[in-house]
Amino acid sequence: MLSFYKSTIGKKVVVAVTGCFLFLFVIGHMAGNMKVFLGYDRHGVHHIDAYGHFLRTFLEDAFGYGGFLWLMRGGLLAILALHLYTVMQLQVLKAKARPVDYKKQDLRASTFSARTMMLGGFVILLFIVFHLLHLTLGTVLEGFVHGEVYANLHRAFRSPLTVFMYIIAMAALGLHLRHGLWSFLQTLGLDNPDRNKCIRLGAAGLSVVIVLGFLSVPLAIYFGILIPPANL
Amino acid sequence: MNLESKVPEGPIQDKWDNHRFSMKLVNPANKRKYRVIVVGTGLAGASAAATCAELGYNVDAFTFHDSPRRAHSIAAQGGINAAKNYQNDGDSIWRLFYDTVKGGDYRSREANVYRLSQVSVNIIDQCAAQGVPFAREYGGLLANRSFGGAQVSRTFYARGQTGQQLLLGAYQALSKEIASGKVNMFNNREMLDIVLIDGHARGIITRDLRTGEIECHAADAVVLATGGYSNVYYLSTNAMNCNVTAAWRAYKRGAAFANPCFTQIHPTCIPVSGDHQSKLTLMSESLRNDGRIWVPKDKNDKRPAREIPEEDRHYYLEERYPSFGNLVPRDVASRNAKERCDAGYGVGATGYGVYLDFASAIGRLGKQAIKERYGNLFEMYERITAEDPYEVPMRIFPAPHYTMGGLWVDYNLMTTVPGLFAIGEANFSDHGSNRLGASALMQGLADGYFILPYTIGDYLARNEPGSASVDAKEFKETKEEVETRTDALVALKGKRPVDAIHRELGRVMWNECGMARTADGLQSALKKIPQIREEFWANASVPGSEGSLNQTLERAGRIADFLEFSEVMCLDALNRNESCGGHFREESQTPEGEALRNDEEYSYAAAWLYQGPDKSPALLKEPLQFENVALTQRSYK
Amino acid sequence: MRLTLYVWRQPSADAQGDFVKYDLSDVSPDMSFLEMLDVLNANLEELGKEPIVFESDCREGICGTCSMVINGRAHGPESKTTVCQLHMRSFQDGETIYIEPWRARAFPVVKDLAVDRSAFDRIIQAGGYISVRTGSAPDANEMPIPKVESDLSMDAAACIGCGACVAACPNGSAMLFTSAKISHLGLVPQGQPERTKRVKKMVEQMDDELFGSCTNYGECQDACPKGISISFIGRMNKDYMKAKLIEVEEPRKEVESQ
Repeated sequence: MLSFYKSTIGKKVVVAVTGCFLFLFVIGHMAGNMKVFLGYDRHGVHHIDAYGHFLRTFLEDAFGYGGFLWLMRGGLLAILALHLYTVMQLQVLKAKARPVDYKKQDLRASTFSARTMMLGGFVILLFIVFHLLHLTLGTVLEGFVHGEVYANLHRAFRSPLTVFMYIIAMAALGLHLRHGLWSFLQTLGLDNPDRNKCIRLGAAGLSVVIVLGFLSVPLAIYFGILIPPANL
Repeated sequence: MNLESKVPEGPIQDKWDNHRFSMKLVNPANKRKYRVIVVGTGLAGASAAATCAELGYNVDAFTFHDSPRRAHSIAAQGGINAAKNYQNDGDSIWRLFYDTVKGGDYRSREANVYRLSQVSVNIIDQCAAQGVPFAREYGGLLANRSFGGAQVSRTFYARGQTGQQLLLGAYQALSKEIASGKVNMFNNREMLDIVLIDGHARGIITRDLRTGEIECHAADAVVLATGGYSNVYYLSTNAMNCNVTAAWRAYKRGAAFANPCFTQIHPTCIPVSGDHQSKLTLMSESLRNDGRIWVPKDKNDKRPAREIPEEDRHYYLEERYPSFGNLVPRDVASRNAKERCDAGYGVGATGYGVYLDFASAIGRLGKQAIKERYGNLFEMYERITAEDPYEVPMRIFPAPHYTMGGLWVDYNLMTTVPGLFAIGEANFSDHGSNRLGASALMQGLADGYFILPYTIGDYLARNEPGSASVDAKEFKETKEEVETRTDALVALKGKRPVDAIHRELGRVMWNECGMARTADGLQSALKKIPQIREEFWANASVPGSEGSLNQTLERAGRIADFLEFSEVMCLDALNRNESCGGHFREESQTPEGEALRNDEEYSYAAAWLYQGPDKSPALLKEPLQFENVALTQRSYK
Repeated sequence: MRLTLYVWRQPSADAQGDFVKYDLSDVSPDMSFLEMLDVLNANLEELGKEPIVFESDCREGICGTCSMVINGRAHGPESKTTVCQLHMRSFQDGETIYIEPWRARAFPVVKDLAVDRSAFDRIIQAGGYISVRTGSAPDANEMPIPKVESDLSMDAAACIGCGACVAACPNGSAMLFTSAKISHLGLVPQGQPERTKRVKKMVEQMDDELFGSCTNYGECQDACPKGISISFIGRMNKDYMKAKLIEVEEPRKEVESQ
């Protein structure tokens, strides 16, 4: 197993598989976000707040309040760390394998998204840190109230600068996923020359859906489509 | 000296079996005490090195390429013959034997050709087991095609890259032995001399092309698998680095050189486009199956090909050879093209080309069918000439392609120097004076996999192992000679690029010793060659030093040898006052202009033995007896 | 045609190299790229200067010897074409052309444009073969192979070992080459007995040669003169995963006699 990890193919597979887990999380996260559009339940609690509460109290008996959520977050962080660490190792390998670069280079086959994987990944990493401080811990959000998810969103996306930052980050995520998804299939040998066009299109389509899904929340709030809660 | 062919007694079909039984064997435990040098890693060399190593001998293998996978065997397109009779069309070992002897115009040794036919079936088995992706039918069994005018389908092929796939098979087998440590592989080494001790070949001197170091290598036997010498013409379909140096060095150490004038000119090559031309590109002769060859009837007709109406076209092959038409053998097709161009009917900017027209085949079968058959060839043609052969006829012209002559070998593939073997195209081979299509790959692999590994054992068993050491004075002396010669080459600081001198030699050889030869022409060539040689040693430019990678120095050394070798080639052509196969003496033709053999006087292999500098070589004759195939005049009318 | 060439000149492996500018006139559009360099070299030789070292042999696009990066493209601007088959009509009159050697740590420069590609040989030596003792093969038709698989194997076997995949890959990865050989042998029944061992050994050797990893750019298949598909890389990855994670070879236990 360790010797598998040591090989370049092993590392590539680790990046692909961890990337896939992170992708599944991203999908789940986006689907959860859609509760924002569901409004208030019959108890007058916003669906997204109820959803947040549900996540924190899920399996409370076993793990305590928010325990399971933190466990999941820990797991995700570990996967992310492995993803990053392996990518860094591969970057070192790359630098070693091509110590002298070409004076002129004319890349034709590689896509923009493939060439910006590192840059995009870095932007996403910065964003994750910001996003956690912003809407999970609230450290950088003025007036953040723990548990008031819907209200916090409105507090956050009043600022055009914040919305702009989210747009940039989501664009980076979209590009990253476009190459990442296709690469995942290619790396594991699940591609097929006859279907590669469809696979590539599918990857691009899915990426667009995810980006639009995520961006719908800040945009809907910023443009007043979602009405702020009464206490704001 | 007498040439002893050592052909075993008995009926032809039993000779090889009898011989295998009568040969001495090396005790399995003793095999590892012997060391064999193999020079060249094409089909013959790589397969011989791998097989000898498998048998337990230590092998030192040499190539001047950066990898053993690059030898020019790789460029063979068409296929490989074998008497498998998988098509149930009446093929047999005997038929392949018969076709090869007849196709070679009765100038080969019957016993060798029969053995070649026998082992041809094993080659296909061996290669298929190695994973060579031969073409298959939908049922999963091997596909065959008819090739080069053969009346049975016995040619196995792997797309248009049969040579490459077979070479990769041999290269992989060799790689396995390199990994196991039984083969020491020396890349980037050019063999520059053979070392003889007590008259036996006991080692070689090489130059490391990357460092310039001159090195000694000792062994119990030396095998040359160094290919042919078509590049004596400067322009040929051979790779840029193909040369005669190794064989020529062997010749100068006493190995007789047989039938150097037997060269093959391939009819379907892309014509020369200008003086800058560095080599010629061959297109598979399968094109002649559907293409029609013609020139304008009027030599001043400069209209584009498509605008020349049917009645103004001269389909000269169809007219002259009604039964074979465009499918006459290579030598006949080539000579007729030359005849038309010399008479002023040639097409294209240089006037050295004839049309190969697919219009009627496209009309009959449709563009799609032609594309399926020849798509890759059409693409290649268009890439090189920027003309679309679906729209305008191809232009083709013959080009030197293969050399049937080579070092004389006996039935054991040993040259006249004991312990020195020659295999593949490097020996004077089983093809007589004309090689049939898809037979070169067969012969290279037959020699390398199935013949040499046996016969070399017989020689080794008669000799003590490890008898040579690089400390012997013979190594020191030969090495000094090589160094002196290299110093002389690198001291050439004249004005003319070596390639320009090579081109000059090539023109003389092409004009006087090419497709058609005359006594006058050959004599004039024999006068011109020494002048070019003088010019070379007086005026060639070899910049740089010998202590590092110096490609001009490499070429200069090879050209210097071509400048000596070409004389023997002309001498041989002059001596053979008959026409046979690829050797056409204008003095000897039928009233219809066909090659006319003279079996009374020339039914022999002419082997030339070096007598020292400034002396004419001695001619040794190995009489050829035809007990199994009746001598007839070839006719394709 | 007139051309301005910037050619990488490097006297030896450990020497410093740099671009040297050459102006060349009277270039014919019918010349191949290498013939154009031949003309330049002949000019240099006439002046007693050392010609540019570049490797070539068959000049028919099959031996895989020629190797140079032209204006940032391995084997030049045309697709599915080796340098030796590239013609000057693919360039404009007056064009400036940069010529560089393959760049990869595993392919050190020997001199000028010539590089050392012996790493490829060592990858093959590690396991790129089917072990068949000469003479021991069964009749070739005893093992029918479905045409589809045989053709796919042939697609992979078309690799000429030129190294353009490595040269074109921004990561300096040799996965296209290695996977082509693994697939060629792994797709046919003859190759099955050694399949697991082969993929392990060859991949390990590839890593030892310090080739980079693959990030699915696809530049390799674009540069490949034989158009070999990167789907063979996926096939190799699958084989390798299977070999390392599923079909781990246990040391054979002796069967006890009853």
